[in-house]
Amino acid sequence: MAKTHVTMKVNGAEVEGLVEPRTLLVHFLRENLSLTGTHIGCETTHCGACTVDLDGMSVKSCTMFAVQAEGSEITTIEGVANADGSLSALQEGFRMMHGLQCGFCTSGMILRAQRLLLENPWPSEEEIRIGISGNICRCTGYQNIVKAIQYAADKINGVEYEEAAE
Amino acid sequence: MNDLTPTREQRTAALEGMGCKRKRVEDIRFTQGKGNYVDDLKLPGMLHGDFVRSPHAHARVKSINSEEALKVPGVLAVITAETLKTVNLAWMPTLAGDVQMVLADGKVLFQNQEVAFVVATDRYAADDGINKVVVEYEALPVVIDPFKAMDKDAPVLREDLAGKTSGAHGPRKHHNHIFEWSVGDKDLTDAAFRKAEVTIKEMISYHRTHPSPLETCQCVCSFDKIRGELTIWGTFQAPHVIRTVVSLIAKLPEQKIHVISPDIGGGFGNKVGAYPGYICAAVASIVTGKPVKWVEDRIENLTATSFARDYHMTTEIAATKDGKVTGLRVHVLADHGAFDACADPSKWPAGFFNIVTGSYDFPVAHLTVDGIYTNKAPGGVAYRCSFRVTEAAYCIERAMDILAQKLGIDPAELRLKNFIQPQQFPYHSALGWEYDSGDYPTAMRKMMESTDYASLRKEQAEKRAAFKRGETREIMGLGVSFFTEIVGAGPSKNCDILGIAMFDSCKIRMHPTGAGIARVGSKSTGQGHETTWAQIIATEIGIPADNIMVEEGNTDTAPYGLGTYGSRSTPVAGAAIAMAARKIKAKAQMIAAYKLEVHEDDLEWDIDGFRVKGLPEKTMSMKDICWAAYNSVPPGMEPGLEAVSYYDPPNMTYPFGAYLCVMNIDVDTGVYKIRRFYALDDCGTRINPMIIEGQVHGGLTEAFAIAMGQEIRYDDEGNVVTGSFMDFFMPTAVETPRWETDFTVTPSPHHPIGAKGVGESPNVGGVPAFSNAVNDAFSFLGSTHIQMPHDYWRNWRAAKQLGVFA
Repeated sequence: MAKTHVTMKVNGAEVEGLVEPRTLLVHFLRENLSLTGTHIGCETTHCGACTVDLDGMSVKSCTMFAVQAEGSEITTIEGVANADGSLSALQEGFRMMHGLQCGFCTSGMILRAQRLLLENPWPSEEEIRIGISGNICRCTGYQNIVKAIQYAADKINGVEYEEAAE
Repeated sequence: MNDLTPTREQRTAALEGMGCKRKRVEDIRFTQGKGNYVDDLKLPGMLHGDFVRSPHAHARVKSINSEEALKVPGVLAVITAETLKTVNLAWMPTLAGDVQMVLADGKVLFQNQEVAFVVATDRYAADDGINKVVVEYEALPVVIDPFKAMDKDAPVLREDLAGKTSGAHGPRKHHNHIFEWSVGDKDLTDAAFRKAEVTIKEMISYHRTHPSPLETCQCVCSFDKIRGELTIWGTFQAPHVIRTVVSLIAKLPEQKIHVISPDIGGGFGNKVGAYPGYICAAVASIVTGKPVKWVEDRIENLTATSFARDYHMTTEIAATKDGKVTGLRVHVLADHGAFDACADPSKWPAGFFNIVTGSYDFPVAHLTVDGIYTNKAPGGVAYRCSFRVTEAAYCIERAMDILAQKLGIDPAELRLKNFIQPQQFPYHSALGWEYDSGDYPTAMRKMMESTDYASLRKEQAEKRAAFKRGETREIMGLGVSFFTEIVGAGPSKNCDILGIAMFDSCKIRMHPTGAGIARVGSKSTGQGHETTWAQIIATEIGIPADNIMVEEGNTDTAPYGLGTYGSRSTPVAGAAIAMAARKIKAKAQMIAAYKLEVHEDDLEWDIDGFRVKGLPEKTMSMKDICWAAYNSVPPGMEPGLEAVSYYDPPNMTYPFGAYLCVMNIDVDTGVYKIRRFYALDDCGTRINPMIIEGQVHGGLTEAFAIAMGQEIRYDDEGNVVTGSFMDFFMPTAVETPRWETDFTVTPSPHHPIGAKGVGESPNVGGVPAFSNAVNDAFSFLGSTHIQMPHDYWRNWRAAKQLGVFA
């Protein structure tokens, strides 16, 4: 199949590649760019494991062609950490609050939560639950994911976290 | 001593050992997208394989034409059963003693069965190839309803078994019959029922569902023709067993097979078995000389690899008028689908379903299970449970509620009346198990106090009265569940897989600087073994958990283990880890005695090293002993500090718990609201409370999904009608209730650290709690049992059938 040239900005870097028109964005990211942190869980837009941030929106990259992302600006999990390489507030929150187990949904969850907190820096539990309802987790039961996002919101907003004793 | 000398508390805390909410080691890579899952693997020249699948549930395959497919750019090969026959791999043995087609051989027996394997340069080209393979089918009549499978004139499904009157588990009664399994004393049980003052009988179904981890089943196979070696990276919960199976069926020497499980994106039982995709990818790599990747998509996962449950349990309890149980009789019709590919220990065709007497002191019981074939996908895996234990727990917990209803006794009171008492442990059940330890009344009472159970019952009574007066259309249910699990398979005397005893193993090597590596035969699929295994070692040998690296999944470097499923990691591998650590400590004690110039018996252990009894200033830390092990061991002792343990457990472990679900249901819409869910778990000694809580949350969420809607459903033609996440209930953060967790601690007396395992308890105990809540809500309207799953529509239908709409 004839290939098309695409260019986009991924995690701050200009990238380009040759793709078939039918190549999914998630395959372009994973296979052409070797950014394998973005995962594939269902290929039908239900599970959200492939969520990336595209031009200021959460997008499920399994349901978008790479050619549709031409010229866009994308953040994947590989571009989430702080500039000095330390974990972002969300990454830290997921670890501190045990917001992940197998890790397969985590990239998509963090990308979704990052966008959520940009849009709503003080979300209620209800708003968090609705905000991440496009992302499925099979391991955690979500309760600790909610806490992880609250932890990050607090940290970003300057509220200090104290761990409860057992 | 100066102020900088750490206190004993500080020294203990520095270890981050058992009991500590240690943050997970794994999360550093997972939160940065740097996990290493199978599909992340990219090898030079790697090809992709994908399946042509059957649209029919039962059909003869008249012909397969690959001509056009092979013309598709990028397509290199199309493998069919005929190809596989040349290497004797068209069929493969199952873990349950049956055989299974790798690719359709003459006919297909379930929808989406594997028919041909297309190998191409990339996944898109493979898909193009699939669309060009022409398969001619002749449809045959299908058997979907398990209750019709053994009708006299039912279609013959397994023609390959024609004339075989017995299988791996004894005689077959019918052409679609697999086995009959019978446990307990029939005569005594029948006698108990004849004498019974009260009996109940109900057909309790546990519907077909699916574990569906977020990462599907997948592998990369790479055959090196020059060395004659096959490397398989795969989503394997039991990599060592997979290597042995591959060696046995592919006739390759086991030392030339390297099986590696990298990071796995959830398992829940789905990744225990061996699937046609693995065999086809391996054959394709041998044929092409290139690495071949196979990655299941979600629809394939839900429809072809390993369903769970499909147990139809006719359950009877005999009891006295005042509610003392006197006998239990259960018959199970077990729908195994087209091939018996259950992942159970080999001698257990219905797993450990004979734990069905539950937490109660039944003097007699009798159980029979009939396994049958239908035109559904094969499997029968333990979806987040020990083998068929969740079916058993659901069966008895539902039945106890039905008995309570008949007797007019509160379900919690009925349970308290019949519990095995703490002084009865070790307890020998009527169906053959020896329960190791438990304190059921304490756990139950703690649940009742914590939830203010009495007030909830009062509120329910008021609500019912209001409903009858027509003041509300909302009904309220309390779902009580008190489960006893049986996990940690298992002792070699009764547990093996294909002849390999179900031990597990650990090998620890301490490095000179006081750090170490532990290699373990288990395989985490999200449980956090890299974190918790190090905690066990930290407490045992006094080296900080941060200084212990844990490695699993590489069959060349890890000691042989039977893997992770059935909550067996902590009971079996966890014990092996403690035992290996104790061997390290024993040698360390000899080295310390030599260095401190005292007799070994004059030393005592103190958190992170040895000290001389009566001379607390004279000590040697474990860190220093590690260094000494490499340069100044006692004369005659081998240098180094390394130990291996293969642990054959003396018994299973028996975690238990008391759960309560409080639910409201709107009868006009069937919409339910989980008001509260309280889960008290007793998993014995607790290694990492944070991880335990996470396991409980996750297991409860899966229980919620199963009980309230998650079903693999077939229509009459054998089409799967719930084959994607659109139709297969997968709760999001919005539907999922908030969880309250609690615990008691009753250590296992036979386990080195007293731990029992927890990963599956919440699923085992959770499903009956949800289902009992729904049933309890409707019971005052005259129903005794409503089958799962309890989705909105079925709740509405139940209300309608009970006549609540005027």
